[in-house]
Amino acid sequence: MSEIDSMTQVADIQARALLALAAVDDLPALDEWRVSFMGRRSALTQLMRSLGSLPAEDRPALGAFANTARRTLEEALSDRRREIARAQPEAAADAIDVTLPGWPTPRGGIHPTTRIVREICAAFASMGFSVVEGPEIEWDHYNFEMLNIPRHHPARDMWDTLWIDFEDADGERPMLLRTHTSPMQARIMESTRPPVRVVVPGKCYRYEATDPRHEWHFYQIEGLAVDRGIAMTDLKGTLYEFARRMFGVDRKVRFRCDYFPFVEPGVDMSIDCFLCQGDGCRVCSHTGWIEIMGAGMVHPNVLEGVGYDPNIYTGFAFGMGPERISMLKHGIEDIRLFYSNDLRFLRQFS
Amino acid sequence: MLIPISWLKSYVPVTDPPRELAHKLTMAGTEIGNVEITGAGWDAEKVVVGHVLSVDPHPNADRLRLPTVDIGGGRAATVVCGAPNLAPGQKIAFASEGATLFSPRSGKVETLKRARIRGVESRGMVCSSLELGLGEDHEGILVLDDDAPVGAPLAGYLGDAILDAEITSNRPDCLSILGIAREVAAITGERVTEPDNSCPESEDPIEDQVSIRIDDPDLCFRYTASLISGVEIGPSPRWMQDALIKAGQRPINNVVDVTNYVMLEYGQPLHAFDIDKCRDRTIVVRAAREGETLTTLDGERRELRPPMLTIADSQDAVGLAGIMGGANSEMTSDTTSVLLESASFDAVNTRRTRAALDMRTEASDRFERGIRSALAPIALRRATRLIAEICGGVAAKGIIDLYPTRREPPTLSLSRARVRQVLGVDYPMSQIRRVLHSLGFEETQPPGGLIDLIEAVEAGPSAERSDTLWLKVPYWRSDISIEDDLVEEVARIIGYDSLPTTMLSTAIPHWQPQPMTALKDTVRDLLAAAGMQETISYSPTTLDNLSKVDALDEANPPLRIANPLSRQWEYMRTSLRASILDTLAHNRRIAQGDGARIFEIGRVYIPKPESKERDLPDEREMLVGAVSGPRFPASWVAEEQDMGFFDGKGALEYAFAALGLDVTFEPREDSILQSGRAAGMSANGAPLGVIGEVRLDVLGKFDLDTRPVAMFEVDMAALLAALDDVSLAYRASSRYPESYRDLAIVVDADVSAARIQRIIERHALVVRSAPFDIYIGEGVSRGRKSVAFRVTFQSDRATLTSEQVYRFQNDILRQLRRELNAELRG
Repeated sequence: MSEIDSMTQVADIQARALLALAAVDDLPALDEWRVSFMGRRSALTQLMRSLGSLPAEDRPALGAFANTARRTLEEALSDRRREIARAQPEAAADAIDVTLPGWPTPRGGIHPTTRIVREICAAFASMGFSVVEGPEIEWDHYNFEMLNIPRHHPARDMWDTLWIDFEDADGERPMLLRTHTSPMQARIMESTRPPVRVVVPGKCYRYEATDPRHEWHFYQIEGLAVDRGIAMTDLKGTLYEFARRMFGVDRKVRFRCDYFPFVEPGVDMSIDCFLCQGDGCRVCSHTGWIEIMGAGMVHPNVLEGVGYDPNIYTGFAFGMGPERISMLKHGIEDIRLFYSNDLRFLRQFS
Repeated sequence: MLIPISWLKSYVPVTDPPRELAHKLTMAGTEIGNVEITGAGWDAEKVVVGHVLSVDPHPNADRLRLPTVDIGGGRAATVVCGAPNLAPGQKIAFASEGATLFSPRSGKVETLKRARIRGVESRGMVCSSLELGLGEDHEGILVLDDDAPVGAPLAGYLGDAILDAEITSNRPDCLSILGIAREVAAITGERVTEPDNSCPESEDPIEDQVSIRIDDPDLCFRYTASLISGVEIGPSPRWMQDALIKAGQRPINNVVDVTNYVMLEYGQPLHAFDIDKCRDRTIVVRAAREGETLTTLDGERRELRPPMLTIADSQDAVGLAGIMGGANSEMTSDTTSVLLESASFDAVNTRRTRAALDMRTEASDRFERGIRSALAPIALRRATRLIAEICGGVAAKGIIDLYPTRREPPTLSLSRARVRQVLGVDYPMSQIRRVLHSLGFEETQPPGGLIDLIEAVEAGPSAERSDTLWLKVPYWRSDISIEDDLVEEVARIIGYDSLPTTMLSTAIPHWQPQPMTALKDTVRDLLAAAGMQETISYSPTTLDNLSKVDALDEANPPLRIANPLSRQWEYMRTSLRASILDTLAHNRRIAQGDGARIFEIGRVYIPKPESKERDLPDEREMLVGAVSGPRFPASWVAEEQDMGFFDGKGALEYAFAALGLDVTFEPREDSILQSGRAAGMSANGAPLGVIGEVRLDVLGKFDLDTRPVAMFEVDMAALLAALDDVSLAYRASSRYPESYRDLAIVVDADVSAARIQRIIERHALVVRSAPFDIYIGEGVSRGRKSVAFRVTFQSDRATLTSEQVYRFQNDILRQLRRELNAELRG
């Protein structure tokens, strides 16, 4: 075989191969093409293997020619592979099942009480209230007496108390688990001069049988604003603003008279029921209104007790149960879920 | 307090529908929880008053009878009836076919259908109380009063609405129908008509027939009494029984019913003694003697002690003042002379006595809230009149009225300026005056001499006076003692809803840092981001639970709750360890296959036994966490492995790093953690807490299985203190590239990775290093281990050449050899 014959043969192979490649339009066919034109038994490979039998002076030129042809075919192959892949991407050999789950990443979360307490405190913080905390084990003095609730006052029935087992010289139990966050009112005012504007979140405890709406161990958020010139219209405006932020700008609020010994006048704030829009349902006990918090103007006796002149300073206080607000917002029907620590419950709010 | 509208209407016109009235009362402070409307379901045409004309026997049944009933409009109906108390001439409640009634058989409200009963057709029925929803009685039919108008809708005749009011503890006056009537009058602008209290009397003065004295005037402010002789004990009339039942009281006998009726009417508890059972016809109001006993009307034998107040005869107690009468002076069918008591007792003593004796009555509920002495004679006259009228006796002439120290209702002033200061609205004086008059406040003169004083002091005396009201508090109100109480009266009657709303416009106070509160929130967020779930558990626990985690300090035992709700929650926790293990165990029981990563930030309560009279316990914020179970849910990518020490440590390291804190972990023993698998944590030498795997015997005590449970505990105060040393100042990053070398370092098996790392990182150009492989086995001699570190070098000034890095590496190896007898693994 002459050098020229061989070159013609190579050119012929290349031309047929490229022609055949143009007709290939899927990957299996492409693989067949590769075997038949570039595989071990293909004409080109055979021909290149037979170069050794050629005269030495012919080998370099023919070798280079054959190699160029092979590279041309390789490039054409990879171009064609890309074209086919582009036309039929779903058939790509390295496709993955994208419906499989990803690498597991543990998901943590904060407790629903923490979450609602933050939300409530943030609403008041934006109105200039600072967040402070206080002791859970309290003196009767702060929990009751400084709040205008002396011993044996009938209003004490409103706060069934868990007492620490320890009696003072008078045979009275002076130490208790705070029944509300209100003792911080006196503690804060004793240690600062007006103006005062704080919210106090924290755990409280009551000697109370539990049911879906009552828990003996719960949180409360207290609020207090005292200065010259704070009036009940400010109480209404502040708490209305809070309700708008927590429950939406369309919420209606209702203020009515209520009694707490440490405020005068005393206030109960309700919002219109967002389940029935005020028509009456089980959540609002068919009244159309849901009680959200107790409030009122700080009683002059409380101000006097901490050394504030009630003729100069006035202010308002309020207190609410964050679990109850969370229950309303998330449709939780049993308050006891909060501290039974079932992760299936807790994870829903993280 | 149950308030039947029919009763309320005796004193004040009520034009609002019941629910509207309930709303108005609620807004003004008397919260109405429920409005029960009786007869709401009675069809006006189908449920009517009937008159039984005749009663014939049923042809086929002995127990059944066939009444013929006049149902008005010239119509009559004959129906089948099985009630034994049916009789001709009775006025009864008749329901026609189609009426909806309660069916005792099905227990539901049903439509009455025509029926054939033993062959006789019945197109209606004579109703029992139960079928009408008026009571439990189904033994017989409901018999109406003889004056019931035949054919009239029963709803008009018997229907009523009952308001269930929650009375706040400051308003004992509202524990009465008259008190509510006064509220209604003030809200609606109507006037109250007080009941008729006049009573004919005999010629014999009461003083000649009984002797009464108060021995303890500090505990009994006023004692009034009347005497009615010749009474005949029997049932009270139907109207009184109806009223009592609707208000939630059980009728007993005519005399007792009158005392209850007047208590509900005026809010003044009364008591009736059979004066013939009181020795020497004498009543002494005195404190109990030590060891004295009294059997009260409920049959309980009570052990008394001073200063419990008794009503006694010349020798023994015959009643517990303001709480309950004694069985020894009870009304019986033989009673003919009644001594009626209407008194005023000290509120605190009443409350302490009933609490000590663990009893609570309608009377004590009222007295402990403080009732004005002025009410006693008024209610007494009313009850005397009713007993004379109903029980057939005659009242002795006059009443006994012992009133050692007169207690006048206070006189208060209210200025327009104060109303404006507290409410934020400048109401005209005329409106303020009108509200207070409607509530029964009377204008009066300032206390003597004061007016001159005001005029002497004030620049504009006349203006000041016209803008200030002097008011006498109504005799029934015990809750008004300061000016702001009057402000509330003005606000609540005008209506809180009518006050405008304003935003706070006073100065915002200085912000005070609250580092602990902030740190708790940060740590919560970091651990949550590290995959852990926050939990919150009850603070009280049991001694047993604390001892399970070895947290009982014999020398300083935890605080005990004197009246725990349950033994489960008796001691204030001194450790959170048991809380988190309990929570873990609880969740493992529910979902055994799932892994759990949980933490809690909460307080422990450490008593201060030396100074408990002065100091509250130390409330320390603690962080605990626990991880256990599979690291991931069954997954196609991740190998299924149980979590352990390094999962807990990883979460903490993540949090510490984010806080900028460099924390050292060193082996440490802990009584509930496995030896060799526990570490103490410290920052700059100050301890922060511990982490380790919990001992198997401890896990067993919490019913946890044998999988590893890693637990950590951090003292939040220590963490906060450590953060003081953290600098968050900016540090420039090097512009030159890093290069790293992997070094497998062979050391004795007991040398910790941290020691190797400290030596490596001591080199000035090492920016970080991390162990990435631990190897023990072939090629490493016995008692030695290989720890492979990736060591990263970088300079701030130049790109390091490989020759330089090689030199640094050898420097480090030399140092390791010297200090730890280390060698490079070949």
